[in-house]
Amino acid sequence: MISLERVSRAFAGRRSAGPLTVLSEVSLQVRAAETIAVVGPSGCGKTTLLELICGLQQPDSGSVRCPPAALMPQRDLLLPWLSTVDNASLALRVQGLDRRRARAAALPWLERFGLGGFERARPHELSGGMRQRVAFLRTLLAGKPVLALDEPFASLDAITRAQMQGWLSRILEQEQRTVVLVTHDVEEAVLLADRVLVLSPRPGRVLATIPIAVARPRLRSDPAVVALRAQALDALGSGA
Amino acid sequence: MSRRLKLLAPLLTVVLLLGAWELYVDAGAVSSLVLPAPHAVLASLFTDRAAIWHNLMPTAEEILLGLVVAAVVALAVAVMLHLSSFARTAVYPPLVATQAIPIPLLAPLLVTWLGFGLLPKLVVIALVCFFPMVVTTMSGLASVDPDLVKLLRTFDAGRLQTFWRAELPSALPGLFAGAKLAAVLAVIAAILGEQAGASSGLGYLLTVTVANLEMAEAFATVLVLIAFAIMLFALLSFAERRAVPWIHQRSDTEVR
Ligand SMILES: Nc1ncnc2c1ncn2[C@@H]1O[C@H](COP(=O)(O)OP(=O)(O)OP(=O)(O)O)[C@@H](O)[C@H]1O
Ligand SMILES: [Mg+2]
Repeated sequence: MISLERVSRAFAGRRSAGPLTVLSEVSLQVRAAETIAVVGPSGCGKTTLLELICGLQQPDSGSVRCPPAALMPQRDLLLPWLSTVDNASLALRVQGLDRRRARAAALPWLERFGLGGFERARPHELSGGMRQRVAFLRTLLAGKPVLALDEPFASLDAITRAQMQGWLSRILEQEQRTVVLVTHDVEEAVLLADRVLVLSPRPGRVLATIPIAVARPRLRSDPAVVALRAQALDALGSGA
Repeated sequence: MSRRLKLLAPLLTVVLLLGAWELYVDAGAVSSLVLPAPHAVLASLFTDRAAIWHNLMPTAEEILLGLVVAAVVALAVAVMLHLSSFARTAVYPPLVATQAIPIPLLAPLLVTWLGFGLLPKLVVIALVCFFPMVVTTMSGLASVDPDLVKLLRTFDAGRLQTFWRAELPSALPGLFAGAKLAAVLAVIAAILGEQAGASSGLGYLLTVTVANLEMAEAFATVLVLIAFAIMLFALLSFAERRAVPWIHQRSDTEVR
């Protein structure tokens, strides 16, 4: 499905420093309907990796093959002049649907996402968790086979984040999409993903790929989850 | 600060200033030909109300039309400069140059070219007013988050869709900010335009009354101009709150 072969990416650095290598020889295969989590320290090139997958950037060397992917950026970036339903159906409008049909397509989802009653609210009237759900729905409704999620819950408080992780896990089980989930929260990666890719500090290299063969729904306190979390943290630590 | 105090405080300042002014003139410190007393200005506002009202109409028409023309031109120019880097390099510098033209020089020339009617005044007002709107609208167009543009690209949005869905709405607050600046400038521009040659308007009235040393009426005219400018500004602020309410309701997830 998604295939990255020895992908490297560098940015022109400041004049004195020379180019800044962000990703170095990253290879990755993701099967259809698989959820893969990418963890790594801040600045190791996670967002860059997602943008490569989405075709927003080209690699300097290596190859990226990926079906169309829709991005959910690190910040929700909801449009303040649009209501919840119009924000959620933005991709449909961009793709040429008229307003009435785009809204009709989005409305049943709002109910499912616990946003019932807030269809006409503006972003500033929503809580952080709700905004994140709208942003996720907006990306989901783009209808692409691949979802590229960039730290979707990083800005939320711990309680809301835990709720949202459970919620996302259920949605992804029903939705059968291929998901690349970037996070710097190792526990989140283990709870949500089929496989966890651990990246080193910049330049990002693949330190480990950890399969997560734990049945869903997963519990934070499950010994298998705890062990895998420790394993991922070990892998992260070995790169420092 | 309480609402009532907010209203009373500026009023108090004005009353104190007017009081000092009245006392100063009444004491005979200056001739009323140089500085009329406030009570004389107020009296003139009443006795000369017909002349002032009669002359306000053409000036108001010039200002409102001029602002509309300026806004339309500014939006078009800002969009063009935003979308085309060639236009930016080719047109922006000459555009800045137009703003350095001294209006007192240009206005009489415009009268000889375009006559004594509405047109030369419209040109002066539009010329003075469109530039601030171009600048603020352009910064609004450019204020769109690059990550939002990336998001839209993964939704298959082309240049036009990105412009329509993200950039144009983001430019509206800028357009309003520019229009509020321009509204005040428009009043000054209208007076300069009329003083270069006109047969009616508050600028014309100002020229005539000053020439006749009717200082009280001249000051009353200025008072009406000030009131008109304030009204225009308030009207635009109201329209802004209606049209772009989101600029007053920022809520950033990053802060939460
Ligand atoms: N367009 C660019 N030009 C120059 N440098 C860039 C560019 N994009 C990213 N970088 C640099 O590449 C490095 C990796 O950036 P990236 O955003 O991919 O990191 P990240 O892993 O997503 O970090 P975080 O967890 O903080 O979001 C950073 O040091 C950043 O400064
Ligand atoms: Mg990032």
